[in-house]
Amino acid sequence: MELIKIQVTVNGSKEILEVPPNLSLLNMLRENLTLTGTKSGCEAGECGACTVLLEGEPVNSCMVLAVECSGLSVETIEGLSQEEPMKKLQKAFMDLNAIQCGFCTPGMLISAFALLRRNPDPSDEEIKIALLGNLCRCTGYERIISAVKKAARR
Amino acid sequence: MKVNPNIPDLIGANVQRVDVQEKVTGAAVFTDDVQFGRNLLFARIKRSPHPHAIIKSIDTSKAEKLPGVKAVATGADFPNRNGLYLKDKHIFARDRVRFVGEPVAGIAAVSEEIAESALDLIEVEYEILPAVFHPIDAIKPDAPLIHPDLGKYEVANFIFPKPGTNISNHFKIRKGNPDKIWAACTAVVNRKYYIPHIQHVPIETHVAVAKVDRTGKVTLWSSSQSPFAQRDLIAKVLGMSPSNVRVIANYVGGGFGCKAGVTMEALPVALALKVIGHPVKLRLTREEEFYTNFVRQALAIELKIGCDKNGNILALENTMYWDGGASTEYGVNITRAGGYSCTGPYDIPHVKADSYCVYTNNTIGGPYRGFGMSELHTGIEQCVDELAEAIGMDKVEFRMLNAVQDGDILATGMIMHPTGIKECIEKAAHAVEWGKPSEPCPPNKRRGKGIALMWKAPAMPPNPGSSATIKLNEDGTILLGVGGQEIGQGAFTVAAQIAAASLGVPVESIRVVGPVDTDYSPYEWQTVASRLTWSMGNAVKAAALDTRRQIFEIVSKAWSEDIKDLTIINGLVISKASEREIPLKDFAVYGIPNKDFEGWVGGPIYGRGSFMPNYVTGLDKDTGQGERAVVHYTTGAQAFEIEIDLDSGKIEIIHAVSAFDVGRAINPDLVRAQMEGGIVQGISSALFEQMIFKDGQMQNPNFVDYRIATTVDLPKRIDSIIVEVPQDDGPWGARGVGEHPMVPTIAAIANAIYDAVGIRMEGPPFTAEKIFTHLKMKGS
Repeated sequence: MELIKIQVTVNGSKEILEVPPNLSLLNMLRENLTLTGTKSGCEAGECGACTVLLEGEPVNSCMVLAVECSGLSVETIEGLSQEEPMKKLQKAFMDLNAIQCGFCTPGMLISAFALLRRNPDPSDEEIKIALLGNLCRCTGYERIISAVKKAARR
Repeated sequence: MKVNPNIPDLIGANVQRVDVQEKVTGAAVFTDDVQFGRNLLFARIKRSPHPHAIIKSIDTSKAEKLPGVKAVATGADFPNRNGLYLKDKHIFARDRVRFVGEPVAGIAAVSEEIAESALDLIEVEYEILPAVFHPIDAIKPDAPLIHPDLGKYEVANFIFPKPGTNISNHFKIRKGNPDKIWAACTAVVNRKYYIPHIQHVPIETHVAVAKVDRTGKVTLWSSSQSPFAQRDLIAKVLGMSPSNVRVIANYVGGGFGCKAGVTMEALPVALALKVIGHPVKLRLTREEEFYTNFVRQALAIELKIGCDKNGNILALENTMYWDGGASTEYGVNITRAGGYSCTGPYDIPHVKADSYCVYTNNTIGGPYRGFGMSELHTGIEQCVDELAEAIGMDKVEFRMLNAVQDGDILATGMIMHPTGIKECIEKAAHAVEWGKPSEPCPPNKRRGKGIALMWKAPAMPPNPGSSATIKLNEDGTILLGVGGQEIGQGAFTVAAQIAAASLGVPVESIRVVGPVDTDYSPYEWQTVASRLTWSMGNAVKAAALDTRRQIFEIVSKAWSEDIKDLTIINGLVISKASEREIPLKDFAVYGIPNKDFEGWVGGPIYGRGSFMPNYVTGLDKDTGQGERAVVHYTTGAQAFEIEIDLDSGKIEIIHAVSAFDVGRAINPDLVRAQMEGGIVQGISSALFEQMIFKDGQMQNPNFVDYRIATTVDLPKRIDSIIVEVPQDDGPWGARGVGEHPMVPTIAAIANAIYDAVGIRMEGPPFTAEKIFTHLKMKGS
């Protein structure tokens, strides 16, 4: 398959890559850049485990082609871990045991991060809607919602 | 506040999970995150499109010629049978296929795309056979026989297959004589239920990477709840020694039972044997995860239960037909567990139970959080509700009267140990204000309350072992080795707490060594059955006490003091006699110099501990009677208040309450986290989940058509109540509670639905559509 040259800013650093046209952003991050904090759960845009920020907005990276991201900026859990309100969110998730197996956690944190950036004081209902696309099989969500609320109020 | 001075402060402390820092930063390594370099090959599996067919021929020649294909494997290469309790399946189907999705051939190629393309080039000729999809159809004499060779299979001595039929196990209980009792009963309830197949749905799908080196040694990286059992099973099926197989198991992205034993992990090993030196990765797609992975097997259950005029339950007849699927894995033992726990947590003098595991052409049944107990209690607990109503007794009072207690003779003849079930009932009922009418709701809505009890024993072979190691580092910190797996439940954190509390060191000084590696980690049977806190906990405690003994021997010798005067507090060894003290870091590896440096005392300190229950007895084949069927039972109750919209049938959970007797909560917050996660998973199974099959083909293998609970489905309020009646052989009395919180949920919601609108259904899921239809049929 013919490779296409793209330039993507990932976590602030410019990456020049040659990728096949059918490569997803998810696989570009995981395979080409070894950023394995972004998880693959369904590759159909249904579980949210692969959520990253594309131009600051949360997307399911399995549903975006790498070539679509040329010239754009992508942020993953590895990059966002240095920023607020991510640090507050991480602390709240740790304090409240809002984590069990941890596989959905990076995607969950990124959806919550995007919410707090656009709405620093969300209601329970707004949190639930913002996280609706992030499936978690372990926690029952309650602690996750509490953690987002706690991070917002810090 | 501590009431018992014999319990260290760390036991019962809400210590922060030891794995969270890694998990919030994306640093935690799961199997698919491990890097293998450019030699990595990708596997895809050719699967049966038929539920039951003879394989007439397989032609892989075209696939082998496709550029990029490195290996092709079929059943012809792997003649041995595999299985945990009953060896009834092959790595790849050989003579026939028995379910849609059964592996027929495998490809390893330089990319997933090429492997996938090669699958289309494999030509398989089938002769289609009649198939059967319901356990009750499959036991009929004219049903197609799925395993004609059943009599030739190797089987564990507590599993009883019936060759010549589709019955892979028949477990019986005969206690007293129910037939003579029915006439004496004031009320008898006779009901049938069907609890459909559901899927585990971990967010991480199954993934395994296998590599074979030039010495023939197999290394398998897999997302696994049971690396040691996997090593053993894979070695056996390949005719190898277990010591020639090494399993490395990183963090597991959700298990719930489906990553126990061997599901798909032998497939990449089979391919790797053909491409020495190349790691071969197989990762299931979400669709494969749904339709090829072990399922929670469906249950058709028939119950007859009767009580006297005072509400005493006198007799039970319980017949269970478990849909074991095309082959069995844990299914035959779920059948056994369902059999010996067939009464639910009640004291019933006369019991007749028949629990059948039945082959069908559905996906293979496996262990799912609760190991048959959710399905069984869904029936029992609705019948108990109806029985109470039939004699006009309050449903909580009825349960208090009949609930099992210390000294009761159980259905197997085992004597019940102390249990806090009555406290659980009282607390759960109190939390939902049982007996008090619900708050008024809009005219198109109805509220109702429901309660259900549960019990569950770890379902295991009689001798599942645990072990642990403790290594002191130069700086006085501690490496704790365990073979139990962190699958999200918090096992590593609880292990660290137990080690720190037993040793007398800060919990922060303990690092639990991961990933679990069968070459380096101490043995652990499996991370299943809610057994780790209890069993692995005992091993960790023993390892810590062994370490403590070594420390005291060194220090007492160096100081010429009596061991009895020594203790360890916060990492300092202290003499109560001389008031001398020395931090662990001063001697942990290099020992203590004698006076004037004339020789040394001590050396590297390495503690070990193990635990294995040695008191479980066999059960009689014809009566199910034996002295001690299981190690113990964890009991509990859940109560719900729900609201049903009459216009849509939709249920809203107003209040969900759990109360479980965990013996001793080592980490109460993690116990509550299990209760919360479990009740929501239970709610999901009660309201939404069902694998829909058409001729053995799953129709809804994705998250749109197979819906699981999301943030918007949460109860308005969740309460999780801890009850502590200590277990005699648990660490500080602890018992497990990982599975239990989803066991009574379906039944409790079903009872609340009845309370609200007066309908009962054959089984879950209680979807809005189903409730609406039932309401229409009832004419309300």
